[in-house]
Parts: sequence; C-alpha cells; structure tokens
Amino acid sequence: MAMTDHAPRFANRADQKLWFERIPAPWWALAVVLLFLPVVANNFWLFQIMGWTFILGMIGLSLMFLAGYGGMVSLLQMTVAGMAGYMVAILGTSGTVTVSLGLAWWIVLPAAFLIAALFATVSGALAVRTEGIYTIMITLAIAAAFFYFTRQNYTIFNGYSGFNLVLPPQLFGVNWRDPVPFYYLSLALASLSYGAVVYVSRSPFGLALQGVRDNPRRMAALGFNVTAHRVAAYALASVFASAGGILLVWQNAQIAPGTIGIPAAIDVLVVAVVGGMRRPLGPFIGAFIYVMLQVFSPDILGFFGFSAERFKLIIGLGFLAVVLFSPDGVLGLWDRWRARRRQQQDQQAGGGAA
Amino acid sequence: MNAPVTPPRPVALGQSHVSAGNALELRGITKMFGALAAISDVTLSVRPGERRAVLGSNGAGKTTLFNCITGDFLPTAGLIRFFGEDVTTFPPHERIRRGLRRTYQISSLFAGLSVIDNVYLACRGVSRNRFSLIRPRRDDALVHAAETLVEAVHLSAEKDRLVGELAYGQQRQLEIALALSGAPRFILFDEPAAGLSPTERRDLVSILTTLPGHIGYIIIEHDMDVALRVVESVTMMHNGRIFKEGRPEEIEDDPEVQELYLGGGHE
Repeated sequence: MAMTDHAPRFANRADQKLWFERIPAPWWALAVVLLFLPVVANNFWLFQIMGWTFILGMIGLSLMFLAGYGGMVSLLQMTVAGMAGYMVAILGTSGTVTVSLGLAWWIVLPAAFLIAALFATVSGALAVRTEGIYTIMITLAIAAAFFYFTRQNYTIFNGYSGFNLVLPPQLFGVNWRDPVPFYYLSLALASLSYGAVVYVSRSPFGLALQGVRDNPRRMAALGFNVTAHRVAAYALASVFASAGGILLVWQNAQIAPGTIGIPAAIDVLVVAVVGGMRRPLGPFIGAFIYVMLQVFSPDILGFFGFSAERFKLIIGLGFLAVVLFSPDGVLGLWDRWRARRRQQQDQQAGGGAA
Repeated sequence: MNAPVTPPRPVALGQSHVSAGNALELRGITKMFGALAAISDVTLSVRPGERRAVLGSNGAGKTTLFNCITGDFLPTAGLIRFFGEDVTTFPPHERIRRGLRRTYQISSLFAGLSVIDNVYLACRGVSRNRFSLIRPRRDDALVHAAETLVEAVHLSAEKDRLVGELAYGQQRQLEIALALSGAPRFILFDEPAAGLSPTERRDLVSILTTLPGHIGYIIIEHDMDVALRVVESVTMMHNGRIFKEGRPEEIEDDPEVQELYLGGGHE
C-alpha cells in the first residue's frame, strides 16, 4: 500500500520530494498495522476475514478500474476471477483426477491469467459497443451463460460438483494455505494490485481511460481509438480479478458453479459501490464491510431471533442506504466529512483573525 | 509537387506539412437523417492555410457539415479529401491523427480531469504510446507541450483545477488549447465566440489571427464582428445548401445575403 490516492499532478517544480516522502502518515500507520497483524490476530481473522477481504477487494478493484476510470459497469468481473480459478483447478491438480491435467504450477498460473485475460478481452469487445444499462445487461448475460455452462459441462468444468482439493503449490517449503502465509500472500497481491491501479491511473493509458469515461466522442476527436481503449481496460482489469480468483480457489480449496453465480457477481458490484468506486481503496473498504457483515451478522441476527440467512437483508439495506445517501460510497462519506471539518476550521481561523 | 499523399500517421510535433492541392475538398456531400436532408450536395474546397467562415441561419446544416468532415457522421453521399487523401470513410481518430482538429459549439471537455491533463490527453492523442502504462516523467516532451498550450490560452493559474469547476469562458479557452495540440493542419471552429464576453471575444480574435500561417480553418460563427475579421473567404449556407461564396466584404454587401441572413438592412 505504498501510494497516495491522489497522486501528485505533473511536474510541480516546488515538489521535488522523493516518492516515499509524499506518502501521508495514515498510510504508513495502515501498512504497519497490516504487516504486524499476525502478531495479535488469530487464524480465523487472518485467513477468513482478512484473506477474504483482500480477495473480494481485488475482484472489486477490477470493477472499480473499469467503472471508476472507464465508466463501464461490468458484472463480469466475478466470472473472470472464476475463469482463472477454474483454470487453476483444471490445468493443475485437484481431487477430480479424471479432469485435472496436473501440470506444473509455473505453467498453470501464467496459463490461468492468460486464458482469463483472453476471456475478458473477448467479452469486453462485445460489451464496449454498448453504454450504461446495456453494458450491465450484456456482461450479466455473459456471466449467466458461463455459470450455466460450467454447471452443465462435465468434460471440462465437471458440472455441478466442480473441483475440490485445489491447493496452492508448496513453494519454498511453505504451505501457502496456512493462515499466516496465506494472509501475507493475499496482502502482497492486494497491495500490488492496488499500487498498480494507482500508478496506471496517472499513465497515458489511465488518463485516456478517464477521458473516455468523461467524454468518449471528444476522445475520438483527439485521435484516440475509444473502442480499443475500452477493450484494453477489460484486459488489464482481468489481471486483478484473476489474482483474486486464484486466491479464492486456494482459500476455499475448491471451485464450483456456485462460486461464480449471479449472486456472487452482484456481490462484487455491492462491494465496489458500498466502498466507493471513485478510488482504488474503495473496493477494499467495501469488501471489509461485506465480509464483517457476512461473518458476524448471523450471530447478531440469531440474538434477535432471526434466521442467519437474513444477513443478505442487512447487506441489502446497507447497499440501499449507501446508494441513497452517498453515491460515491463510504469513501465519499469520509471525503465529505473531511471537507466539512476543514471548512469549519477555516471559518474558525478566519473568525479568530478578524 | 504533384504527390499530395500524406504519410499514414504524421505524428511529428510542431512541423508543418506542405502539400500541393487543397487542404480540404468536399464533393457532393449529402447527409440524410431519414427523409430529411440536413445538407445536400455541398461542394467546397479550402486551400492549405486558408481561413474561411461558414455562415447561415440555425438549421442551415453548418454543424452537420463539421460532423461529416470529422467523421462523427458518415455522409450519405459524396467524397471528402483531406490534403489529397480520401478520408470519406475514415473513423474520426484517423482523421485527427492526420492533422484535422475541431472545437465544439457546446464545450466538450473532460470534466473529471484537471486542465493540464485535458491538454496532455489532446497532445497524447496525436502521438505515440497512447496505451503506455508508464507514467510520464517530469521532463516528458508532451507534458511540456501541454504546459505551453495552457499558457498560450492564459490558463496557467488554473492548470491543476478540475475542468468541471472552471468558468464558462475558461472552458472555451481550453477548447481552443485542445484544438491546437499536436501538429494541427486544419481546424474546424464551431461557434467559438458563443457566450463569451466582449473582452473574451477580443482575446479570441487575437488568438485566431495570430495562429501560425500554415494552419487553415473553417469557422462557424454568428457574431459577424468576429467571423468577418478572422477570415479571407466566406461560404453562405441555407437549408443545407451552399448558395454563395466570396470575400468577407462582398458577402457583407450582398443584398441577397442581407435579406436572408442579416434579416434585412439593419446596421
């Protein structure tokens, strides 16, 4: 997590600090907390809560990249993640020996990323010619089609039961599914994905994508191939989704059609919207809130005599509240609170001087 | 001088391209919307470096003509040549990369990006590495080009502000900076003076008249004081057709034009 959200604009002559000097103190604090969390947190927190938060956050981040910078709301990101996860199970080893090919990890992992990227690119090429609600509909249709395909196809995707016993490779003699190694692995990949999105947002491609979001017609009138930029954004976003999807398979040690169903696709949208789609930190905050609700609301609901399955009701109400009161998510609330506080301080300072 | 074929992608900055023949040549351009002809059989040629006004009442087809030239609309019939090359079916970005630029009647900018980022994108659009994932360095040539353009339209003080927060006149100035990015050879100005104050109009006239001589343009403008002072030729349009061409003073004095466009002998 080594970057600021609002990276400095170009070539500010007065601002000759080194990159690490520009990182504000709260970020250092967050980095220290995350790095030393295993000292205090138990395995459940590390593996279930934080591990799952990072995974959902990465898949949400791929949606944030497309929606926040590119203006394309895609319901496809869970499917892309699932495609990478399925490829790890199919090409590598699993309990389903009749299907899994058992290839070495250094073939399986690049192949999983590549196939998922190819899938995302082709689907993206179909989706980018539409705008707004039609993009949502097309990506939802592809997600649904892939879900039903995996459920009915037994030769490749092993149908309804999917794959179990999908384990990470024992690299460097570490069992990466142990809570502490898995925590650090997911933390590292989440930080890398986050840093990559922050960095790319100020690159020519990232700026062009934001230009396409604000005004596609004008972008074409500046010499940009708008369609190509949109498709490329799908391809790039697939990398973050795939990383999340592969971690998800390793965490659950299994993947089945249910992993990539429509409810899961919508959960990714909820995570990104609740956290805030305008900045790459949003999806991680949304994921943390989602996971906490998912994990702890059954207890609270049980206490009040409701069924544990009602936790979706709480998430749904939370989603509704966010959409109604803060369209840019929890981060938007935070931004507004800070802006108001600064304004009050300015007023006080102004009043004192006068 | 008889090979006016342009290279596929002139990406060099600040370099003028001199070609024989016309900068822009339209032959029999017709654009139908359903049964309605927005423009019909428009034939027009503009020399390199020539500055021309296209005048006409609302609905005369001026903006539709621009949209056909830039490729936002494909014409129903006709041929468009840009510096000798047939660009009739080219997508907009291919025409822009060949040196065509336009501004919009209603400011068409990137509200969520800063002023400098807007101009930087315009410079990047006509150069290489549009897909680069590497952030530009402080001494990047295009960053400098963008800063120079921001300065040229008097927006240096606002360069880090979001464009959505700018005043209307400032957005109009930024429009012009975007059109001047890269190596423009021909610019289409769509009512650049609309909504500007008298001072801003004077600034606009000075920006237009001090453009490098090799850059030609067509300007659509309702303000005659602006339009006739910055051009050497005028094309009058009415109901989607060209009905008169001439020098500014001829057009101004033409009784038929005054009847149709200036609404009879006032002034």
